[in-house]
Amino acid sequence: MGQTEFQPSAYYEPSGRYRLLPFRFMQFSDTQRLLVNEVGEHLFLTNADFNEFVAFRLDRRSDVYLDLKGKHFLFDSESTAPFELLALKYRTKKAHLSGFTKLHIFVVSLRCEHSCHYCQVSRVSTDRALYDMSSETASRALDLVFRSPAESIKIEFQGGEPLLNFDRIKQIVQEAERRAIATGRSVEFVVTTNLALVTEEILEFLRDHAIVVSTSLDGPEFIHNANRPRPGNNSYQLTIEGLNRSRAVLGFDRVSAIMTATGLSLQHPREIVDEYVKQGFESIFLRNLSPYGFAVKTQRRIGYSIDEFLEFYKVTLEYILELNRKGINLVETYAQILLTRILTPFSTGYVDLQSPSGAGIGAAVYNYDGNVYASDESRMLAEMGDEQFRLGNVHSDTYEQIFGGHSIRAIVRSSCVESLPGCSDCAFQSFCGADPIFNYATQGDMIGHQPTSEFHKKNFFIIKHLLSLYHSDATIRKIFWAWVHNVHVGEFLREVAA
Amino acid sequence: MKLHGIGRATGLKEPIIGRVLTEEAPAELRQDSVLVWKQLNQPSDTSGYLALLLPNAAPRWLSLSPLIHSAKSLDYLSDGDVIYVSPNGFVRTLYRKNSTSNFLLATDQCNSFCLMCSQPPREVNDFDRISEHLRLIDLMDPETRELGITGGEPTLFKDEFLRLIRYCKDRLPNTALHVLTNGRLFYYREFACKLGEIEHPDIMLGIPLYSDVDSEHDYVVQAKEAFEETVLGIHNLARYGVPVEIRVVIHKQTYRRLPMLAEFIARNFPFAAHVALMGLEMFGFVHRNFDELWIDAHDYQSELLKATETLFLSGLNTSIYNHQLCVLDRQLWPFARKSISDWKNIYLDICQKCDVRDDCGGLFQSAAKKHSQHISPIRITN
Repeated sequence: MGQTEFQPSAYYEPSGRYRLLPFRFMQFSDTQRLLVNEVGEHLFLTNADFNEFVAFRLDRRSDVYLDLKGKHFLFDSESTAPFELLALKYRTKKAHLSGFTKLHIFVVSLRCEHSCHYCQVSRVSTDRALYDMSSETASRALDLVFRSPAESIKIEFQGGEPLLNFDRIKQIVQEAERRAIATGRSVEFVVTTNLALVTEEILEFLRDHAIVVSTSLDGPEFIHNANRPRPGNNSYQLTIEGLNRSRAVLGFDRVSAIMTATGLSLQHPREIVDEYVKQGFESIFLRNLSPYGFAVKTQRRIGYSIDEFLEFYKVTLEYILELNRKGINLVETYAQILLTRILTPFSTGYVDLQSPSGAGIGAAVYNYDGNVYASDESRMLAEMGDEQFRLGNVHSDTYEQIFGGHSIRAIVRSSCVESLPGCSDCAFQSFCGADPIFNYATQGDMIGHQPTSEFHKKNFFIIKHLLSLYHSDATIRKIFWAWVHNVHVGEFLREVAA
Repeated sequence: MKLHGIGRATGLKEPIIGRVLTEEAPAELRQDSVLVWKQLNQPSDTSGYLALLLPNAAPRWLSLSPLIHSAKSLDYLSDGDVIYVSPNGFVRTLYRKNSTSNFLLATDQCNSFCLMCSQPPREVNDFDRISEHLRLIDLMDPETRELGITGGEPTLFKDEFLRLIRYCKDRLPNTALHVLTNGRLFYYREFACKLGEIEHPDIMLGIPLYSDVDSEHDYVVQAKEAFEETVLGIHNLARYGVPVEIRVVIHKQTYRRLPMLAEFIARNFPFAAHVALMGLEMFGFVHRNFDELWIDAHDYQSELLKATETLFLSGLNTSIYNHQLCVLDRQLWPFARKSISDWKNIYLDICQKCDVRDDCGGLFQSAAKKHSQHISPIRITN
């Protein structure tokens, strides 16, 4: 205070040498290097500017210098602001860790009337005693669910076909609602079903308890039925009928679908996307086969290499973007997850791409027989005879043994990309995550070998592709942001009326 | 618009703050009121008012309350307004009941010295003005929709600032508060915490930020470490649940990095309730620093477009203030707001011919002489 004269800008410039803040980088193209800081903010530099930067030769008045400073790649004073801002952004990026296990998957029945080629686990059987979750197992599993410190809990019903044990779903929903109220928490439910068995009674129950439905739709009839055989070969017809009835009772947006790509699917990207649009879906999740369960056995018949899948992903994404340009709202869910991680300061709840891995600490699976697994993939491995990721059993183990035991600790220890070989210096680290179960299943080791890992190949390719698209085209930029916000693409593309 | 006037005072020993009445009132309603008497006849009873205010010359009749006469051009005063009258007859309007842009000028002091300050600070000890502010709040209509608190830097009142906010919450619970502050004192976490604890139901702190880089911001506000204090202050306010609006004044020192500042805001303050990108008001210090500040808004449209797009796509509620539609890129029209307070808002003569004049925010009165070279009427052809 007491100032009467203005000082020139030089008076406010720092005098010391600049220092680097933590960041990772890569050669993105022949002429450009990509830099990503500790909290996922990125910047492209020419090779020449990059070399000047790391040699501490940048002119402090140059745009490059100021860009690097504004994005927290360098600092040049005693101010604590860059560190405090970075710390806060780091906490925000890791916010999914607070609350511990939020997603609890209940395999209420392993039975299914479908016999999908790629299915990891289900059994065509009528033996309820053998493959259905008992009432007691469900109650014990709920005891564990409500030991979790999470304030909001999500319970997902899976199978097999979970509707084959609908009484158990009812019991779990009602008990969970009671317990949530008693402990002051919120609980929401998802049921993953092929919809073939859905009845009015079931739908009314789902509606009354605000349960959302996730179903499978692999594409048009010829692809869907080829991928998902069942007696009568009418899976497509039953799915569409079930979809329409579900929407009528639950509300149009209460039903979502996921697709799994087989070798046949890879030949028909447009037909698959068109089917999703035709059925009124506003999102599609392009998923490749996972190396578990029956999928491994049938690999030769229905499978493909990861390169073939990625080519399919690229072509399909291009078509999806073409539709979006015309104002047709269709989000590719995997891109949406990655773009949220790349473009925003926020974390995503998607458990399959976290560091440390969300297996166990983000999601847990309660199998029909009371065994608790770190993830859906973990129980599939178990079905193949490998119990490595069985955390315990609801009948014989305590919460502390299951959620604090050796198995879960080993998963966490082996899945921090910040310290994994091949990940620790990867420019894409803050956008990515680790999958120790995948590494174990495919490479026999939780740490994994990134250069030969399909998980690495897939994520590296897609992240790089999304970044290239984002920076290549103003319209794509708007579409991607619409996806990030789940806003209808038309709102971001609309021409401004004069 | 004129908001002050001068008359001849008799019987007034110290300044008064009172509520305007234009009709005689029963005795019990007079004690906080100034009777503005525009008629020639004598009021039936002149006792009990804070003062009588007459546009006309000294009356023949005797007033039982202090009297200010020959106070011309009082047309703007209406019932419910609050005025300040000093013993020398100076009348200043503090509050207008029918206006949507009322503000309380908390202090003339400031801890910054911005190149373009429209309300240059004065180094005075005016901390005693707080009692005047509390009095004004008492007299305001409780149905007032919005009240601005500005300065100078209102937080320099420290605990008294908190008291002021608490007082507003108690007396004007339905009035939205908009505080213009540089946010620097919220660098001290305890201060931000105390403001949060007041839990004002409808408060917004408008805080300026001029660059993503400290040296540029510090130069504009002419204070070392201001960037650090403001930026961390904003975070502290967010931590304690106080809504923050970020305000950027665009001029020659700030337009170049506007797109990068937008990214900085999106990444570091994603919780911001609103971002306002504002044209320069040609007032106060602007004239002293004209060469450092002036740039025709036409010449920064590409930066403004990029910044606005970044903020909008990031999901931030974004507005453009103080720009004429004819100067703005058409893609920016949906973001343009009629932002200039009614009492200093003008249009140029050529604006008469414009088809979008009613949607346009116009100009600051101070821009009558110096404004964009690109102001021209827009004709809409279908």
